[in-house]
Amino acid sequence: MIDNNIKKVLLLGSGALKIGEAGEFDYSGSQALKALKEEGIETVLINPNIATVQTSEGVADQIYFLPVTPFFVEKVIEKERPQGILLAFGGQTALNCGVALYKEGVLEKYNVKVLGTPVQAIIDTEDRELFVEKLDEIQVKTIKSQACETIGEARKAAAELGYPVIIRAAYALGGLGSGFCDNEEDLNKLAEKAFSFSPQVLVEKSLKGWKEIEYEVVRDRYDNCITVCNMENFDPLGIHTGESIVIAPSQTLTNSEYHKLRALSIKIIRHIGIVGECNVQYAFDPESEDYRVIEVNARLSRSSALASKATGYPLAFVAAKLGLGYGLFELKNSVTRTTSAFFEPALDYVVCKIPRWDLGKFRGVDRELGSSMKSVGEVMAIGRTFEEAIQKGLRMIGQGMHGFVENKELKIADIDAALREPTDKRIFIISKAMKQGYTIDQIHELTKIDKWFLQKLQNIIRTAIELHACKSINVLDNELLRKAKIQGFTDFQVARAIGLENEMDIDDAILVIRNRRKQAGIVPFVKQIDTLAAEYPAQTNYLYLTYSGVAHDIRYEDDKRSIVVLGSGAYRIGSSVEFDWCGVQALNTIRKEGLRSVMINYNPETVSTDYDMCDRLYFDELTFERVLDILDLECPKGVIVSTGGQIPNNLAMRLDEQRVPILGTTAKSIDNAEDREKFSAMLNRIGVDQPEWSALTSMEDVNEFIDKVGFPVLVRPSYVLSGAAMNVCSNQEELERFLKLAANVSQKHPVVISKFMLNAKEVEMDAVARNGEIIAYAISEHIEFAGVHSGDATIQFPAQKLYVETVRRIKRISGEIARELKISGPFNIQFLARDNEIKVIECNLRASRSFPFVSKVLKINLIELATKVMLGLPVEKPNKSLFDFDYVGIKASQFSFNRLQKADPVLGVDMASTGEVGCLGDDSSCALLKAMLSVGQRIPAKNILLSTGGAKQKAGMLDAARMLHDHGYKLYATGGTSRYLTENGIPNELVYWPSEEGKPQALDLLHDKTIDMVVNIPKDLTAGELTNGYKIRRAAVDLNIPLITNSRLASAFIQAFCTISPEDLAIKSWAEYK
Amino acid sequence: MRNVTLILDDGSRFQGKSFGYEKPVAGEVVFNTAMMGYPESLTDPSYAGQLMALTYPLVGNYGVPPFTMEENGLATFMESDKIYASAIIVSDYSAEYNHWNATESLADWLKREQVPGITGIDTRQLTKVLREHGVMMGKIVFDDEPEHIPTADYSGVNFVDKVSCKEIIRYNEGAGKKVVLVDCGVKHNIIRCLINRGVEVIRVPWNYDFNDMEFDGLFLANGPGDPDTCEAAVVNIRKFLNSPVVKPCMGICMGNQLLSKAAGASIYKLKYGHRSHNQPVRMVGTEKCFITSQNHGYAVDNDTLGADWEPLFINMNDGSNEGVRHKTRPWFSAQFHPEACSGPVDTEFLFDDFVKLL
Repeated sequence: MIDNNIKKVLLLGSGALKIGEAGEFDYSGSQALKALKEEGIETVLINPNIATVQTSEGVADQIYFLPVTPFFVEKVIEKERPQGILLAFGGQTALNCGVALYKEGVLEKYNVKVLGTPVQAIIDTEDRELFVEKLDEIQVKTIKSQACETIGEARKAAAELGYPVIIRAAYALGGLGSGFCDNEEDLNKLAEKAFSFSPQVLVEKSLKGWKEIEYEVVRDRYDNCITVCNMENFDPLGIHTGESIVIAPSQTLTNSEYHKLRALSIKIIRHIGIVGECNVQYAFDPESEDYRVIEVNARLSRSSALASKATGYPLAFVAAKLGLGYGLFELKNSVTRTTSAFFEPALDYVVCKIPRWDLGKFRGVDRELGSSMKSVGEVMAIGRTFEEAIQKGLRMIGQGMHGFVENKELKIADIDAALREPTDKRIFIISKAMKQGYTIDQIHELTKIDKWFLQKLQNIIRTAIELHACKSINVLDNELLRKAKIQGFTDFQVARAIGLENEMDIDDAILVIRNRRKQAGIVPFVKQIDTLAAEYPAQTNYLYLTYSGVAHDIRYEDDKRSIVVLGSGAYRIGSSVEFDWCGVQALNTIRKEGLRSVMINYNPETVSTDYDMCDRLYFDELTFERVLDILDLECPKGVIVSTGGQIPNNLAMRLDEQRVPILGTTAKSIDNAEDREKFSAMLNRIGVDQPEWSALTSMEDVNEFIDKVGFPVLVRPSYVLSGAAMNVCSNQEELERFLKLAANVSQKHPVVISKFMLNAKEVEMDAVARNGEIIAYAISEHIEFAGVHSGDATIQFPAQKLYVETVRRIKRISGEIARELKISGPFNIQFLARDNEIKVIECNLRASRSFPFVSKVLKINLIELATKVMLGLPVEKPNKSLFDFDYVGIKASQFSFNRLQKADPVLGVDMASTGEVGCLGDDSSCALLKAMLSVGQRIPAKNILLSTGGAKQKAGMLDAARMLHDHGYKLYATGGTSRYLTENGIPNELVYWPSEEGKPQALDLLHDKTIDMVVNIPKDLTAGELTNGYKIRRAAVDLNIPLITNSRLASAFIQAFCTISPEDLAIKSWAEYK
Repeated sequence: MRNVTLILDDGSRFQGKSFGYEKPVAGEVVFNTAMMGYPESLTDPSYAGQLMALTYPLVGNYGVPPFTMEENGLATFMESDKIYASAIIVSDYSAEYNHWNATESLADWLKREQVPGITGIDTRQLTKVLREHGVMMGKIVFDDEPEHIPTADYSGVNFVDKVSCKEIIRYNEGAGKKVVLVDCGVKHNIIRCLINRGVEVIRVPWNYDFNDMEFDGLFLANGPGDPDTCEAAVVNIRKFLNSPVVKPCMGICMGNQLLSKAAGASIYKLKYGHRSHNQPVRMVGTEKCFITSQNHGYAVDNDTLGADWEPLFINMNDGSNEGVRHKTRPWFSAQFHPEACSGPVDTEFLFDDFVKLL
């Protein structure tokens, strides 16, 4: 039974979302905390990611918004004195931190017991050499890799193994600093980079083309083992599993193969001594039963989150219980609630995970996929045919695709090359190739994708051809229509395939198909995910829709008690965990009010798709068609579209046209805010200022407008997913590039270009209104001047440096807008402020990215308030004094440039951050220091490289530079900056740009690790500057040297670390800030 | 593909399409929740007389391996000499397949062995009907043919007699200890698990009185249908148990039921049986749990076990019996399939335990 001495447990979170470590750890951590709570154990959580669900009130007893680093964790341990610590729920960040604490003797010093898998077992799986030895002991085959400590050793190892080889950095997140080398030249480049992340680099033989198979394995302390799920990668070995389309369960393995690998997984987990959950990855020969173990993750992982969602088996919850000492036989299957947790789920559907990339957002980024991860999110699609699942999934990734077919034609110069060298578009290139008559054998030869998958994709093509042969809806027979629906075709795809688009608007065409198939009784059925393939009755609320069915699994009450919340879909740049938090808060509120909470979402990394969080979960698409399908069945009292970001927001108008009861702010008002023309007319009417703008449809008009107002300009296509929503262009080239990008996403609405104000502050108003009256609000201020995307900016709340008059005006303008749009629910307005001149940039009648941050700093749950408003419940206006408090919250952005080979790590044009943190402090500097350390900045030891941009920025950085010098830092500076510093009496050493002759070269100083921090401010965004600056910035990122590219932020950070030492930072929990 | 209808005894109808041999068929409709292993399941003699519905929708993906026989007379990749299930019912048959070891498609194999296969069935809904009603007789009829076909019986029919060998077959002759295996419909992998452990296997017909033979241990194999129709075997086993010379005995599935019957226990029919790869069992009195492969419609009533006997394993989901053992003598059995094929191999150690006792 369980250890009763454990009364208080510390759980380490994973920090900001980054590529390779994202929302899945919010889910696993939340589950673990729930499991502990159920046992009456007090929980302490360290996680600076303020937008997560796990850092919400009531999830953990004490929450610390602090960096997950040994330094801060030790401080918290010293203060909280927990008896136990959980390391497996916060990704690689928590695991690495835990191993460091163990090695430093901190855990022993404070007598903290590691619950679950022992640290030694973690070390055995993380250290490649130990791992291979360990598996050799039980004659399990691994990919033999040679651990090298120098480049010379790496070269020798590669020569012995024979190219191609793969290079990995030991102890690195999701394949960081790893890649394939076809020759020594590749090896030299990659190895240097890998050594910058880790003192140990592994060289191994490449098994490109083998199948990649994973098992999720659970073991309790009584040595009972189960494999909860296996998964097969659609993309063969060579592409990181985080970059692969993944199918669960495996589709191409025979019984013998499946169970051979399953038995091996159990043998491995026993030998290593895992207590809890782990993941075993195999390379599997497609021509025999030969295998290699790729790796074992001795912790919850992205795959385990996916496996939990794919099967309904709550791996993290169970792993936490096992960590406390339970046996699997002592726990119940939480879906059936009657059967045992010691079982292996039987699926009666197929699951398909597809990664979501945002490579289009980065300048210069390498689009080729390989052994390191670049995707920023993922989706999971459930179907009862492979065709249905994959087509759903391809829509879910939200990149304008309608499935496997009927998409906008891709322009591909060399299809063979595009198939051979995988990019984020490869699946669509397969579609194109098939349409052009490539055979399955040909495509297999080029891609090594198992022919079975290709055969299934070919089925979709065949059906599309049959549909295309129907020249009108009158000749479309029901059998074909049904077949298409079973294969996951949407009404849109059917309408387009039969050419209905030529006769009418596509939106109308969709409805024509919809009515036609409803008349023919071709409708989707709702099925449960019950872990046991219907063998036992289950009261599960975990649902999906399919056309391969004849009956619903649930009975609808038709009691008008359902409130449907539309989720936020795949995590992507601009929309991630913060909207998951919003959705979960809405669900909680609905439940508390005794109504039936219903969620539609498809992102396996989220908490909102945990079936415990709501009364009914539809793990399905957020397309107009699927949402209507569900609403037809639910007949809800109302639908909430304002807590899931832009995807639900964009559905508002069309749902409203179908008489869907949208709660809160009306669809018409949403349209009035989204439609620039209407919004602007309204601002003019109420006398609110806005930057000069024009809606333009041709390049001539654009140029004419810019001739009038001049660069820089703000470019904004309306109704697009965030990130491309607002961008500054400072020259013609940039403008043209962005317009191309924007034109891809918006056809119906013209591009809006407006005059951009330089050196203006950006201010955000997050608020909740009821019938047009603001009842709660938060005004926050960007540290950077306007021009850095609001999603990348560092934000302080409450605003620290705004004039009282500015604040007053912002409140007044917001009030007028709320009144005019009759807002009922959450909304966000972005303002520009220079002197006391205030202009409105944008208004969203939905929750914004910053809602969780301001809610948690303010300690007023704005979403709870907004949901109550939308439900028509009475709410009290929070007391004014609540808006006045004595601490500061700083939200800082996390970038993942280290994953995005060749991308320029400069901020501005597009949103680039993948995550964020929010930290609290008694003043701005304290909060900023914590926040910057949380996003991976380090306090430099000695040497700092400065190149501080244009005159204005140089002047802005002068005080900071002086402060650095005064604090004993040695400054290196490039030409102009060096001159400027010298003129102002600040000693520095001149270094040379890559384009200049002379020594020392800036790049050399980076490569030999002389430099501890780089401040590189681009003057403007012209190409020459970019080449020089780009090389420095990129080198800093590749060599893992902290980099800051904004002068305001650099100054603030320098000010903070020069005046405060981390030792002096108060270790206070969230609750202690009053 | 021709349109077919699956009609259950309660009148429920499911529309589908034929992909196997085109003939109407009747039998007991059962569901299996395993996610792979259709070649093994189809050739498992325990499915004799049954229309096997698979809840996992995608079937046929990896085709069918060659039906080769090894020198020792065992099928290399199958569990017997032919398909025993009367039909296979699936949701989404993969007409195309891909696997290095496949030589034909599932459809071609079914046609060759004259076994119907139907696809396009909502096997989840079918399973729910069977779960709520209990297993039922049913028939597959072709929509363009008359619906009336001869009905089939299941309960009370001695399927064991139909599938058991008729002559004694010896495997691994002269290898060492001799094990008499009572063939009620034995899966080849049971024989393989024994001979791989260096024993000689003497496979005898189900009703053969082996007591006068020379042997070191008794093995009671799996088989189809109702154990109450196998009285002749029970009589032989009882004789074995009452013999003054005590020899080890192990049983699997039907073998568990026959051993229990011989020991005085009674058997009942489960509402819808256990047919899957994920059945959890716990070894009684320990903290050891195992995931097992199962295929049975009848169970031993724990409460009727004689005083000298006790349950060895219990199903962790429904508490039903999963094995028995004698309190003092070397006799034990499992209701599940430690030989797997298809399914998890976690309990193969039971064969080791048995062979050690010899």
